[in-house]
Amino acid sequence: MKAAYFLTHLAKDLRLEWRSKDAINSMLFFALLVVVLFSLAFDPTRAVSRQIAGGILCVATMFAAVSALNQAWARELRNQVLDALRMTPAPGASLFLGKALANFLFVTVVELVLAPVFVVFYNLQVIGNGWLLLLVLPLGTWALIVNGVFFAALSMRTRNRELLLPLILFPIFIPALLGMVMSASAILTGESDPVLWIKMLAAYDVIFTTACMMMFEVILHAE
Amino acid sequence: MKLWRWIWLLVTLGVLANGFRVAMFVVPPDAQQGDVGRIFYYHVPSWAGMGLFFAINLVCSLVYLGVRNRNHELAMKADSLAVTSAEMGVVFCLIGLVTGSLWGRAVWGIWWTWDARLTSTLVLWLIYVAYLLLRRFAAGPQMRTLAAVMAIFGYLDVPLVYMSTRWWRTQHPAPVFGGAPGNGVAPSMMPAIWWNLAGWLMWGIFVASLRYVAEYRTQRAEQQEALKALDMEHVIEAGR
Repeated sequence: MKAAYFLTHLAKDLRLEWRSKDAINSMLFFALLVVVLFSLAFDPTRAVSRQIAGGILCVATMFAAVSALNQAWARELRNQVLDALRMTPAPGASLFLGKALANFLFVTVVELVLAPVFVVFYNLQVIGNGWLLLLVLPLGTWALIVNGVFFAALSMRTRNRELLLPLILFPIFIPALLGMVMSASAILTGESDPVLWIKMLAAYDVIFTTACMMMFEVILHAE
Repeated sequence: MKLWRWIWLLVTLGVLANGFRVAMFVVPPDAQQGDVGRIFYYHVPSWAGMGLFFAINLVCSLVYLGVRNRNHELAMKADSLAVTSAEMGVVFCLIGLVTGSLWGRAVWGIWWTWDARLTSTLVLWLIYVAYLLLRRFAAGPQMRTLAAVMAIFGYLDVPLVYMSTRWWRTQHPAPVFGGAPGNGVAPSMMPAIWWNLAGWLMWGIFVASLRYVAEYRTQRAEQQEALKALDMEHVIEAGR
């Protein structure tokens, strides 16, 4: 795989998003709504909020990301762009990598904007090693995005694709969600050691990134 | 039904009847749990069946991906067997979850607990239900390729699910077979396990064979229909 190809795809996706800002805006507002809804529904006290905040942040990001991932490939379907991409000599894996990196950046931006809001709404104070969150969030986000982009491509040409994506993504994503939530709460509460969970997240990322890169060609050319 | 299938069915029913007799009346009750422990003889075969059918599903999916462009006949067979085994695996998994839940209610006093094994089998069940849903929602031959890829992803996820839920929490007893010392099954209980294991696996294979033939014939009929439509097009083209 030549580096230039995936950089081209990445630049194209970033430019598209820069001009429309569809994905980031909808994700931001959606995630914000989830955060507000959760805090109204559970009305957490300070101690409780520290325990559940990690989970809520992860679940909010997950739902928001799915709403954007559904659009990630849909924009390629217009004017048969996808067919054109399939005919280019660039390997499928580079198309996938470019798309995944672009979506990873979008979700990361959403998380970075959301995190301060979160701290304010839930009165958070990190007790453990706060800097570890800088490791957990990208690892967990990548786990979500790499599978999400892959399964979005997989469900692209099916009936009810918007419904199907979460149905097949969430079961596969469960171990990573568990790793993300457990390490985030371990860091926020400072009660246990998050290192084991971070290692698991890293292993999940490596396994599924490899699998996605290997299988994407099959998905792209499935007829 | 062909003759051999009738014979297989009769033998299976005989083995199941004997398995029931041995499990209920011959082997002694469990040392700690009494008669409640007898559900074990139905709980274990369902996991064995699940393991067998999900493994078949993986192998068939790999075969399908490998030969789909070269050997159409074999690919169709592999795909039919893959969907059959996924369905059977889901059924066995569900039976295992339900018998386990009944047993848990009697022994632990609760229907369900978010323990490592229970959670990971539930997640496994969810993954394969998602696989079957994908097969319903996608259409045409591309669906088979997509489903085969999904099956491989599902199987890759299993060890991760298991390890993560294991670190998360654990309440289920350690593996009975090949577990810690002093945690095995008394030799007097083994006949009940073997009979029921054999009986339920034979039953599963019987149902799977029916389902496989039905699926294979459907796929072949669809293919012939498509070929016929192509032929018609040629005729129309020639007529012009």
